Amino acid sequence: MTWINRTFPNVIQLGWSSDLGWGTAIYQTLYMTFVSAIIGGLLGLIFGFGLVLFAEDGILANKPIYWILDKIVSVFRAIPFIILLAFIMPFTNFLVHTTIGVNAALVPLSLGVFPFYARQVQNALVSVDDGIIEAAQSFGATTFEIIFKVYFRESLADLIRVSTVTLISLVGLTAMAGAIGSGGLGNIAISVGYSRFEADITFVATLLIVIFIFIIQFVGDFLAKVSSHK
Amino acid sequence: MTEIQPIIRLENIDVTFEQKKQSVKAVKNVSLDILPGDIYGIVGYSGAGKSTLVRTINLLQKPTHGNVVINGTYLAKTTDNKENYIASKELRQQRKKIGMIFQHFNLMNERTVAENVLFPISHLKLSKSQRKDKVNELLELVGLANRANAYPSQLSGGQKQRVAIARALASEPEILISDEATSALDPKTTNSILQLLKKLNIELGLTIVLITHEMQAVKEIANKIAVMEDGEIIERGSLLEIFTAPQKQLTRDFIDTATNLEDGLRKVKSQTAIKNLQAPDIFVQLSYAGASTDQPLITSLFKDFNVTANVLFGNVEILQETPVGTLLAILSGKDTDLTAAINSIKKQNVKVEILKGELA
Repeated sequence: MTWINRTFPNVIQLGWSSDLGWGTAIYQTLYMTFVSAIIGGLLGLIFGFGLVLFAEDGILANKPIYWILDKIVSVFRAIPFIILLAFIMPFTNFLVHTTIGVNAALVPLSLGVFPFYARQVQNALVSVDDGIIEAAQSFGATTFEIIFKVYFRESLADLIRVSTVTLISLVGLTAMAGAIGSGGLGNIAISVGYSRFEADITFVATLLIVIFIFIIQFVGDFLAKVSSHK
Repeated sequence: MTEIQPIIRLENIDVTFEQKKQSVKAVKNVSLDILPGDIYGIVGYSGAGKSTLVRTINLLQKPTHGNVVINGTYLAKTTDNKENYIASKELRQQRKKIGMIFQHFNLMNERTVAENVLFPISHLKLSKSQRKDKVNELLELVGLANRANAYPSQLSGGQKQRVAIARALASEPEILISDEATSALDPKTTNSILQLLKKLNIELGLTIVLITHEMQAVKEIANKIAVMEDGEIIERGSLLEIFTAPQKQLTRDFIDTATNLEDGLRKVKSQTAIKNLQAPDIFVQLSYAGASTDQPLITSLFKDFNVTANVLFGNVEILQETPVGTLLAILSGKDTDLTAAINSIKKQNVKVEILKGELA
């Protein structure tokens, strides 16, 4: 114990459950990652599917709708996240009535991650062989069946893979959001460790983030593997 | 006696693709009647428009103009020069009566054989045991009974096509469209798939539309043929008519490839016997169909006319139980004997074509 106290004095001092404690930070990072993953993920799925179904050779081909979806995704994709954080503050304030803390971070995180995810979903779906879709149509499948029983099922392993990649980049975004005051491990690493020259805190916070990302990668790879029969 | 109604009637079908600056007519004013129980072969090189034409049958390709009538129901109809299509809900019902198989099988990779086979009837809400029975029945039919739980990636090409056929038959269709279904398979597998199609045609009374660029495939099982070129049907008729009396050069090319005549002719022509052919000898192609094959033609040439035949190439096809044959031979003898022999052969309904040399 004395070795730990000597090497990581500030880490121990920070404690577990205070506002800036390790437990709180871990919880905040998990909370921001998963809640914005659900919101941004749903948006991304909707836009990703839309981009494939409404495309010129899609089963619901519709030029205007495709154009709108495509442009929305492209515009949000073009805004650097750190600028997006500041840029949408008024909107965040309107939505969650605050501009600081984890709930405020959910808005830019969701909006930041969805266009990235939408493009990844689009790529995963496009890789489903057109012939399989045509076969389903030839058997009189409904649009609903083609979306869920064919597109979704056939690209599931790819969807899991791109979700893993997205989730990992989302952890990166939460650290960035943390740096401007939303809490979490990124917040501790920067506003405590870096600002107060307490390098041991930055080290441990980084280590925790790396472990978190490794776990996501491991679980994602495993799920993708068991769901693929190609 | 009433005439048999066609199960598929295509009337004046046009398919035009609008591209950026130009429109491409893939199918031009094609009409085609297919009767119940037919195995109708549609032959043509790639780009001839055969896939596009056949896709209008189940409206996977909407015709720009013309009528598509399946079993009396209009899927597409031209009225006042405007093309109308059946409502999508009814179209889905109609499509269940038209099975389809593809060159690349188009099985769902992430589903087992059983799940693939049941896909077209997933709306039926069958019980677990009913589903199992149905899968067994269909796989039994295509000769794959023990592979229900395999995934497509674990199957060979021929097995995949069998699964695709079982899937196409799940909703008990009356029509099966085969879009180059054997083109990705080796010759032996191709043959076994064709025999399976023939069996289904006989046992289930299934009407089959077979698109292919290989006349061999059609020759094995079709009873009628249409030859397509450049978006149009240039020749059509029964298998026997087309094989024994082709009218168009393209049709002849297809047949020569299918009967190996093309290959045979090329090899024979390079032989010294042909290169150094001495008058009055002649190099002839004899083609015959039906009963004339049974006559001991070559023997009688020598016996009756003193003409000897040096047979360099021979091929006999049995098309719908009728033998159709081709011989390439050098006939030698005296001038007058040769002329008399040729006349006699012609009288026996054998087509004679002199490829080299002249009759005196």
